[in-house]
Amino acid sequence: MSPVAPHEVEDIEIQLLLEALFQRYHYDFRHYARASIKRRLLQARTHFGLPSLTALQERVLHDPEMLPQLLGFLTVQVSEMFRDPAYFRALREQVLPHLRTYPSLKVWIAGCSAGEEVYSLAILFREEGLFDRTMFYATDINPDALRAAEAGVYSLDRIRKFTENHQKSGGRTSLSDYYTADYGRAVFDKSLRTNVVFSDHSLVSDAVFGEMQLISCRNVMIYFDRPLQDRAVGLFKDSLARNGFLGIGSKESLRFSRHAGAFADFVPEEKIYRRREP
Amino acid sequence: MNPVPARAIVIGASAGGVQALLTILPALPADLPLPIMVVLHVPADRSNVLAPLFASKCALIVKEAEDKEPTRPGVVYFAPSDYHLLVEADGALALSSDEPVNYSRPSIDVLFESAADAYGAGLIGLVLTGANADGAAGLKAVADAGGLALVEDPTSAYARPMPEAALRACPAAQVMSLPRIEEFLKGLGQA
Ligand SMILES: C[S@@+](CC[C@H](N)C(=O)[O-])C[C@H]1O[C@@H](n2cnc3c(N)ncnc32)[C@H](O)[C@@H]1O
Repeated sequence: MSPVAPHEVEDIEIQLLLEALFQRYHYDFRHYARASIKRRLLQARTHFGLPSLTALQERVLHDPEMLPQLLGFLTVQVSEMFRDPAYFRALREQVLPHLRTYPSLKVWIAGCSAGEEVYSLAILFREEGLFDRTMFYATDINPDALRAAEAGVYSLDRIRKFTENHQKSGGRTSLSDYYTADYGRAVFDKSLRTNVVFSDHSLVSDAVFGEMQLISCRNVMIYFDRPLQDRAVGLFKDSLARNGFLGIGSKESLRFSRHAGAFADFVPEEKIYRRREP
Repeated sequence: MNPVPARAIVIGASAGGVQALLTILPALPADLPLPIMVVLHVPADRSNVLAPLFASKCALIVKEAEDKEPTRPGVVYFAPSDYHLLVEADGALALSSDEPVNYSRPSIDVLFESAADAYGAGLIGLVLTGANADGAAGLKAVADAGGLALVEDPTSAYARPMPEAALRACPAAQVMSLPRIEEFLKGLGQA
């Protein structure tokens, strides 16, 4: 038998654990970028004080209550409002003028995390006078994140950064118009979510989400391997209305995607694309 | 020395790192037969100037790493500001915006640990000057996987804490001054 390095054994354990998660709970992380998944599984193992990933697998298979916590490790929830302000500025100045010509609009925020991006877009659309004619669909696979997104409550110490980003995005109002401060928390105005539907939807396994004018899916596909990225981009291609827009994260790209040909650069510096005529 | 031919180099640097890299990288030949991945801590809003700065001074191709990009020999890849840089098992690069590690994003440990998995004994890990302890665990991972661990000599480094922490975590690492490191890396092309 040839010698097997410890990290190769770990790779086998990861494979088996991801397979177990899929078969037992239908959460499919098998095609996530492996190096980063590995780091996060090892963090989870340490957090739960377990000797190995095999032990982690055995725990989560038999104890469904552990699943939400493990999902917290497996899905990265780093986000902020108006993250990369130049992206939101480009939407405001270059995309919204086109959207203005439609009587009604649909916007899909895929991988919305705790809602930071959803409230950012709701505020942007309100500032630009498009909010009332827009339906927003905010989706994620992490139930805790979706609950937080629906609540729209953020710790006050994050607000300074959010405010600065909002200003840099070309904000026409003050962010403080949209929340009330309460015991160290900022509670966002519920009128911002009157037109928002939150739902559980996975880019790995769920179907097309019809006829959007704008899809914003940022810092989600970066965690996928290439075949899975292709699937997600294919889903966006089929979910966009004619001439619809797709915005992705600033370090993501359609360049290596099988579906690159279906999209034209619209604001290349901000990774905003437009669906080509089929 | 290193019985397995090196297939990649990872470098981590912090305070004083721009200067240190400016003495090493421009000296390397364009036909260096392996890729170099670099994590250099600089203030978040400034680090995107790194690739252009070094590109103008190096014979090697220098660029900012892109997600899912396959690596090529003779190219230096800098981690972009505010993203971790990782290496996948097939040698392609990956970026992530996971939480900072050692208060750092990009983190040297994240790069080194993933590269150690990907390249095993075929990796050279180099920790340069810096005022924190990022890179120590990573360098140990490089050595544990059979790779070659190098540390800039703390006594002549601009900032000692980072090379010192790396040596504490990885006592087997070889200690070299900057000129010696330069000479060693140049020699890789002539093997
Ligand atoms: C890093 S956050 C990005 C949040 C926000 N879009 C931003 O850019 O700030 C990634 C989100 O993607 C979600 N996610 C991960 N896998 C997913 C999948 N297969 N389908 C939908 N969402 C997913 C995670 O739960 C997490 O909330």
